[in-house]
Amino acid sequence: MMETLTFIILIIISLSIALCMIRVYKGPTTPDRVIALDTVAVNVLAFITVLSMHLNTEMFFDAVLVIAVIAFVGTIAIAKYLMKGDIIE
Amino acid sequence: MISLILNRIARVVVHIILLFSIFMLFKGHNEPGGGFIAGLMAAVAIVLIYITYDLKTVKKLMPVSYPAMIALGLFFAAGTGLGGVMLGYPFLTQTFDYFHIPLIGEIELATALSFDIGVFLVVVGATLLIISTLGEGSK
Repeated sequence: MMETLTFIILIIISLSIALCMIRVYKGPTTPDRVIALDTVAVNVLAFITVLSMHLNTEMFFDAVLVIAVIAFVGTIAIAKYLMKGDIIE
Repeated sequence: MISLILNRIARVVVHIILLFSIFMLFKGHNEPGGGFIAGLMAAVAIVLIYITYDLKTVKKLMPVSYPAMIALGLFFAAGTGLGGVMLGYPFLTQTFDYFHIPLIGEIELATALSFDIGVFLVVVGATLLIISTLGEGSK
């Protein structure tokens, strides 16, 4: 029961990532693409968490934290580049 | 001009990332984790300070020479390997023992931890040296 449920959730998250990638491809402006890439990162985090529930292991939780930190700082760096044109003043 | 939102967020988040980095450093050599990823996380925390403030503020906050940090890390890592040679074992032989530390309790300390600290210092030094040089060059 639980395995079927997590498998369905994994498929739904994959669809969500595919929709975000369409926005990355089409997005009229650069901020649209940045937001879409950030959402892809959040979806990947959710995917790994549900995958570790599906496989019944705890080994992936560190990877989730590392990807969260790097996606956060990366998005901030791109946002500052778009606002000011220079990341480190 | 420092962004108010970024300033407030960074003041909280930098501590969390540094704590996570130390957690990864001490968890390594038995589970996923270790010196490299811990150094990368510590470097990310300091890069967040670089983005929030500027090069001068970080230099005043943290008067560390990055090449010296790399050299110290290599010294630690090579010293761990040579310690085994001094006692007559092959290079990079490792051992571990259990110690009782007040307030923390029974913990396992391995010589791999000293090697991991060396790798940590090398990764932090190299990453920050590259990023601060790139930041200076863009002016």
